[in-house]
Amino acid sequence: MNPAIKNPLLFALVFSLIIMTGFLNSWNVALGILNMGLISAVMALGVNLQWGYAGLFNVGIMGFVALGGLGAILIGMPPVGEAWAAGGTRLLFSLAVAAGTIVGAVVLWGRMAAGRARTLSMLALLIGGFFVFRALFDPAVAAIEAVNPAGTGYLGGLGLPVLIGWPVGGLLAAGAAWIVGKTALGLRSDYLAIATLGIAEIIVAVLKNEDWLSRGVKNVVGVPRPVPYEIDLQNSASFVARMEGWGLNPVTASSVTVKLMYGLLFAAVLLLMIWLTQKALNSPWGRMMRAIRDNEVAAEAMGKDVTRRHLQIFILGSAVCGIAGAMMTTLDGQLTPGSYQPLRFTFLIWVMVIVGGSGNNWGSVLGGLLIWFLWVQVEPMGLWMMDLITSGMGDDSGLKKHLLESAAHMRLLTMGVILLLVLRFSPRGLIPER
Amino acid sequence: MDFLNAIVAFANFVLVPATSYGAQLALGALGVTLIYGILRFSNFAHGDTMAFGAMVTILVTWWFQSMGINFGVLPTALLALPFGIIATIGLLLFTDRVVYRFYRRQKAAPVIYVIVSLGVMFIMNGVVRFIIGPNDQKFADGVRFIISARDFKTMTGLSEGLAIKASTGITIVTAIIVVAALFWFLNRTRTGKSMRAFSDNEDLALLSGINPERVVMITWIIVAALTTIAGVLYGLDKSFKPFTYFQLLLPIFAAAIVGGLGNPLGAIAGGFVIAFSEVTVTYAFKKVLKYLLPENLEPTGLVQLLSTDYKFAVSFAILIIVLLFRPTGLFKGKTI
Repeated sequence: MNPAIKNPLLFALVFSLIIMTGFLNSWNVALGILNMGLISAVMALGVNLQWGYAGLFNVGIMGFVALGGLGAILIGMPPVGEAWAAGGTRLLFSLAVAAGTIVGAVVLWGRMAAGRARTLSMLALLIGGFFVFRALFDPAVAAIEAVNPAGTGYLGGLGLPVLIGWPVGGLLAAGAAWIVGKTALGLRSDYLAIATLGIAEIIVAVLKNEDWLSRGVKNVVGVPRPVPYEIDLQNSASFVARMEGWGLNPVTASSVTVKLMYGLLFAAVLLLMIWLTQKALNSPWGRMMRAIRDNEVAAEAMGKDVTRRHLQIFILGSAVCGIAGAMMTTLDGQLTPGSYQPLRFTFLIWVMVIVGGSGNNWGSVLGGLLIWFLWVQVEPMGLWMMDLITSGMGDDSGLKKHLLESAAHMRLLTMGVILLLVLRFSPRGLIPER
Repeated sequence: MDFLNAIVAFANFVLVPATSYGAQLALGALGVTLIYGILRFSNFAHGDTMAFGAMVTILVTWWFQSMGINFGVLPTALLALPFGIIATIGLLLFTDRVVYRFYRRQKAAPVIYVIVSLGVMFIMNGVVRFIIGPNDQKFADGVRFIISARDFKTMTGLSEGLAIKASTGITIVTAIIVVAALFWFLNRTRTGKSMRAFSDNEDLALLSGINPERVVMITWIIVAALTTIAGVLYGLDKSFKPFTYFQLLLPIFAAAIVGGLGNPLGAIAGGFVIAFSEVTVTYAFKKVLKYLLPENLEPTGLVQLLSTDYKFAVSFAILIIVLLFRPTGLFKGKTI
């Protein structure tokens, strides 16, 4: 079929699926799916930058998303003055010591002549620096975490509007991507995959354990919103009057309105991202990237610095994932480091990109919306199917109980099957690259 | 006496646990490295294959236990192990037939295999959770300790005890047998030699009449045995939880790369390097130092370099250091 007809049809299909959910379930559910779908689409765009444009295999998306969430917290939450007084400066100083040690070691490595003396002095500097850092860091952390541990126990953020946190989240992710890229790019493709897998686990471990930074598993809750609260809308006489004028229940209408406002914000970001990525794709820079992806040796012969371009696009793609992570934390209103699972935040995004069509931005957006819809809806569908299968069994049957309980795990299975089927029978995805 | 106490405490909390963990990682890394050597891709489904093998073994163990069959002082799981291996062989050969063979015929790029293995990982993960659920399962029985801490104390009169769990002993003995058998197979038998030839130079091996499909099949069979054994040993030593097995992927990959991808000897060395560094760096040395240092110098803190939650960071740091300074690994592995 002509892509000019097929692609809008595919999008129409996804939106009609979501609208159908609105009619069959509720508009709250439908908008919830749409909002997360929009965020997933942004993540998929970021991964598509790395994989579709440059062929870089990043399996650490979870880490960059989590860092983006941290960005939203560090900007949006109010600062905890007492904690800053108790140990804020000391903590910053200890972090500066740690950074100084690492920079010192790198400089030392560059300056001294190769040999045993260099290795030994660098090791001595690193080990000594580590102990000095711990000696400064530990008491500062203890002091900060002792301040009202049940309520705060962390430094808090800057208390600025949370929307500023979105680009900041992107910057944090970009910084982490720079460190990973500097070490692992230029080595083999598998090594980048394993390095990103590792850094993602470490970022989440840091968020889980450094209570002074992110409250760890105690979670940061009540992140300020960029949109009004439902309760304020319900208390506003004009809102209630207007909704009742339209014949709507003000309570439902308020939550739908809030979700719609989030949806508009996310859609604005997504459209901006699509515009930027499309511009980039069709620029000389985008053509160069595809040339590098398709034949590194030839591109290098044409004088392109392949490693630098890879580093650049790796950082850009990770920053986009970071922005999406900040958006997600804003939508949830909380940062829950315990909930970051690689299957959900790394591999699911990969399914979105592959199914949508790697190398095509519209494909990634479609994949993001469609796969997110399936991810949410497969569970009730699985349950319904299990009900059907087990309807003939007796109510006391152990197998029936087990099957019904396990229906929740259907979604992993479904995602795997979808990924394999697409890779096998339509490896270019739903909307292939031109 | 204090010196002896320090050594015993160190052995009890670092040496013994790290040895058994290292043996488990080595078995896992051997599987990764074999797949890399023969099929030439990093198999992301490896952790979940381990979980699948362990799961089948657990189910058979429970069945045996319900029939009153046991293995005396040894855990029943060892009796059930062959069933787990057979089921995993079946699963892997089936996966190869329906999934990987298509890409092998197409001569797909290695990164495509990796993405395909992600899909396989999703499915295996789903199957395991579907059958046994996402929760912790305990299936160890038989004798719990070879030497318990109390026996050791009464035997030696030291104030520190050295406990050796039965699972540790079983892990080490099994690992030695398995590794010896594997190396005998690779170095002495005709099939093993053809596998090494295929791994070293595919074209030459094909020219000399080695059947690639047969080599691939034997590889999957060996990998199935290795993963199931590693998975069951890990489960006996700690406990079985599908998600933990998924997380083992990182230390296993680190072990295989540190040792040199595609090099079986390297995988074993890598496993122990990773295990020992993880345990040493996350152990609180207060107890050991208490015996070694004079009283006025006794440490006030735990003297723990990193908290236990950062054990991933340790394997990762070693991985990065090796990649930066010796990209082919400690033993010379493949580079593409």
